[in-house]
Amino acid sequence: MEDLLAARWQMAVSLGFHIIFACIGMVMPFFMATSHYKYLKTKKIIYRDLTKAWSKGVAIFFVTGAVSGTVLSFELGLLWPKFMLHAGPIFGMPFSLEGTAFFIEAIALGFYLYGWNKFDPWFHWFTGVVVGVSGLASGILVVAANAWMNSPAGFDFVDGQYLNIDPIAAMFNDAWFSQALHMTLAAFVATGFAVAGIHAYLMLKGQQVEFHRKAFLIALVFGAVAAVLQPISGDISAKDIAVRQPAKLAAMEGHFETSKSAPLIIGGLPDVENKKVDYAIEIPGALSFLAHGDFEAEVIGLDQFPEEDQPPVVVTHIAFQIMVGLGMVLVGLSLLFFFSRWKKKEWLSTRWFLWLFVLGTPLGFIALEAGWTVTEVGRQPWIIYGVLRTADAVSPIPGIAYSLYLFIGIYLSLAVAVTFLLIRQIKAIPESLQKDSGIYGDSTKVGS
Amino acid sequence: MLYVVIIFLGLSILLYVLLGGADFGAGIVEITTPSRMQDRIRTTTYQTIGPIWEANHMWLIITIVILFVGFPSVYALLSTHLHIPLLLMLFGIIGRGTAFVFRHYDAVQDDMQRVYNLIFTVSSFVTPFFLGLIFGALVGGEIDRDAVGFLDAFVWPWLNGFAVSVGMFTVTICGFLAAVFLVGESENEREKAFLVRRSRMFILATVLAGGLVFLAAELQKVPLVGLLIGEWITLGILLLATVAMIMLWIQLPTAGRLPCRTLAGFVVTAILAAFGYHYFPDLVITSAGENLTLFNAAAIGKPIETLAWALLIGSIFILPSLGYLIYSFQKDKSLNAKTRA
Ligand code: HDD
Ligand code: HEM
Ligand code: HEM
Repeated sequence: MEDLLAARWQMAVSLGFHIIFACIGMVMPFFMATSHYKYLKTKKIIYRDLTKAWSKGVAIFFVTGAVSGTVLSFELGLLWPKFMLHAGPIFGMPFSLEGTAFFIEAIALGFYLYGWNKFDPWFHWFTGVVVGVSGLASGILVVAANAWMNSPAGFDFVDGQYLNIDPIAAMFNDAWFSQALHMTLAAFVATGFAVAGIHAYLMLKGQQVEFHRKAFLIALVFGAVAAVLQPISGDISAKDIAVRQPAKLAAMEGHFETSKSAPLIIGGLPDVENKKVDYAIEIPGALSFLAHGDFEAEVIGLDQFPEEDQPPVVVTHIAFQIMVGLGMVLVGLSLLFFFSRWKKKEWLSTRWFLWLFVLGTPLGFIALEAGWTVTEVGRQPWIIYGVLRTADAVSPIPGIAYSLYLFIGIYLSLAVAVTFLLIRQIKAIPESLQKDSGIYGDSTKVGS
Repeated sequence: MLYVVIIFLGLSILLYVLLGGADFGAGIVEITTPSRMQDRIRTTTYQTIGPIWEANHMWLIITIVILFVGFPSVYALLSTHLHIPLLLMLFGIIGRGTAFVFRHYDAVQDDMQRVYNLIFTVSSFVTPFFLGLIFGALVGGEIDRDAVGFLDAFVWPWLNGFAVSVGMFTVTICGFLAAVFLVGESENEREKAFLVRRSRMFILATVLAGGLVFLAAELQKVPLVGLLIGEWITLGILLLATVAMIMLWIQLPTAGRLPCRTLAGFVVTAILAAFGYHYFPDLVITSAGENLTLFNAAAIGKPIETLAWALLIGSIFILPSLGYLIYSFQKDKSLNAKTRA
């Protein structure tokens, strides 16, 4: 495999892996804090058990997030030294703040996971909230760094030199807000539906139904609210891109020729050679409306860009269709859920209703990975949009393909291990519920 | 403001070696523990580092962030020429962190524990070894920025006697820190006696490995003897470290845990300080002699200023809460110990 391609794949695999754990690390603390809050308020043991059961899972996800994140902070240099040479000082601000956020997160997590029965209950609860808030903060900060790659700011690019660097302006670049908002919501959608789906499945299996029902409700309320807001935030992103990165928008939409009153192309397979999209549904004028708020507006197509500046259309377009399609499915599921809470509470005990949510388990994460594919592949061939090409930034070391294979192997094994551990944890829930205490995370297996 | 950044860089490296080092060391001590003792050592290790291990490793992240924001050319050079050892270190980090948590959080205790233990101990050794090797390679003078061949550009810079010996030395230091640290946590006489013996073994190993570093330096013409001859300050610091080691050797069985830990921490701090003083302000020594220094490689101007402010503000949040975390669990531990006794 060619080195550049291998490097791009390695970056994609590492980020795609990390983001799953990062999302869980950002969102689960809020679920735990909610359940924990209910326990402190109602003193119902079931909520305490739920909190503890979740926190054991979180510890496993957390460490996987932490090691994969550590890998990433080296990988940026291992794969893209020429990018980091220039970008480091410019987009470093979010990373240096992120360091603090991680630190606080790690410290608060130490308190939270090991602090049962050791501290004032509300202090203990509060450390859990801190884990969530600092996790969200670090997510938003690192997205700001990514947004800078899409929308470079905070320096003057003169004759290949990066002058007048202003790290603060770089952090608050134009893409920052729309991406951070969309990403934060996505984390809640993906994690909420995944957790709810697993608990729906366990309810179907008929064990500890009350326990899983409580878990399902907490997770899904978060997930469903976020899912309903997601298209609105997605629309903000799209309008933003239409101005900032028209080539990306054109690739997302399979929009080859600049035109007024451009149609929205749904689905289909882009045929790059003949510059058209086969098998698609077209809605006249809709793209103009979505991109610029006016059915007549002109939307820039790929024809405005020289071939060497065009992003890969097929991948970007399909990934975008997947994200939006799944987003709509999730909105549907969310509305159904709200309706059932309002009018049809009994649905929660029916098999078809639970099965729907079981099927929804992976959808949020698939949409999330697809969304990142849109953002990152749609930025190509640039690593810093309009400034530095990905091909010019790659490491000179030969044989990157081998490290790619190694990483794929390691991440696969980790994924298997995490799944395996999680299944074992879940199997252990019924047993541990019967015993009152002592079995959970607060001490080691050797009774101390 | 550059000095603020430099101080934080030094501090993060120091804290990573001390805290992260003790943490890796726990795995290294585990390797050298006969199997009948291993369970106890494992429990002690877990109770001691459980709540703080993740925070310990954050110092590495801070170091890296300071490098790529503040000294980007060093980061770029490091990750190009030392690509391979960095990768190996990363594999170690992955294995170590996950195995440590998995072995504790696996709901079923079965044969999988052996797999976790194996990964944990092997990666506890591999990670500090490559970390030390990377440090060694940075100052070893074998990095040739214009090299073209694969071996010259990406292998010989780090695969040499000096870098390898610094790697070994780092491993022994970690073992030493952990052994001394665990003495204070041991809960019965047998365990304690065992850990005292281990600490002494690692003191010996550290001295031997240190000697090896000097030997390798001589063979490779790395001007390291300057540390001992000619520079009174570094000589003084190293002598003090030696005295502290001897005191530790004698006092370990009887002294309280705080004095022992302070001494061990002092030894390692002194060694790092001597190296730091000797090499200041060089960060990377290349074969062509155009070194990258803290001054000529710094991203001067706003990047350094904002980085300094971010670090200062961050430490206002981090240091007190980290201190409180360590304090809380230490207190808790001693309470537990008392109620059990
Ligand atoms: C649960 C996941 C999820 C769901 C349901 C959606 N998205 Fe999304 N989308 C993401 C998860 C995501 C993401 C993975 O989080 C991205 C990648 C980068 C980013 O900021 O968010 C993203 C990027 C992204 C972008 C590119 C932003 C950029 O490159 O700056 C656009 C235009 C949209 N989305 C639009 C939408 C629309 C119109 C949706 C309608 C339903 C939608 N997304 C649902
Ligand atoms: C975690 C969610 C993310 C995912 C799933 C993701 C996914 C991807 C993918 C698929 C690629 C390959 C694109 C291609 O070459 O065709 C890529 C490249 C890259 N990403 Fe991301 N990305 C994420 C976030 C980030 C963030 C936060 C940063 C930086 C701060 C970042 C930095 C990069 C870099 C440097 C490259 C390589 C250069 C390039 O291909 O343009 N990514 N990522
Ligand atoms: C959109 C992309 C990303 C998001 C939302 C994100 C978010 C997070 C979150 C919430 C954590 C906390 C740990 C956990 O929950 O498991 C984490 C860990 C980490 N991330 Fe990411 N991250 C992203 C991409 C990156 C990139 C590109 C880097 C490196 C340059 C990175 C570096 C790290 C590091 C070093 C950790 C470990 C922190 C620790 O030990 O606690 N992340 N990330």
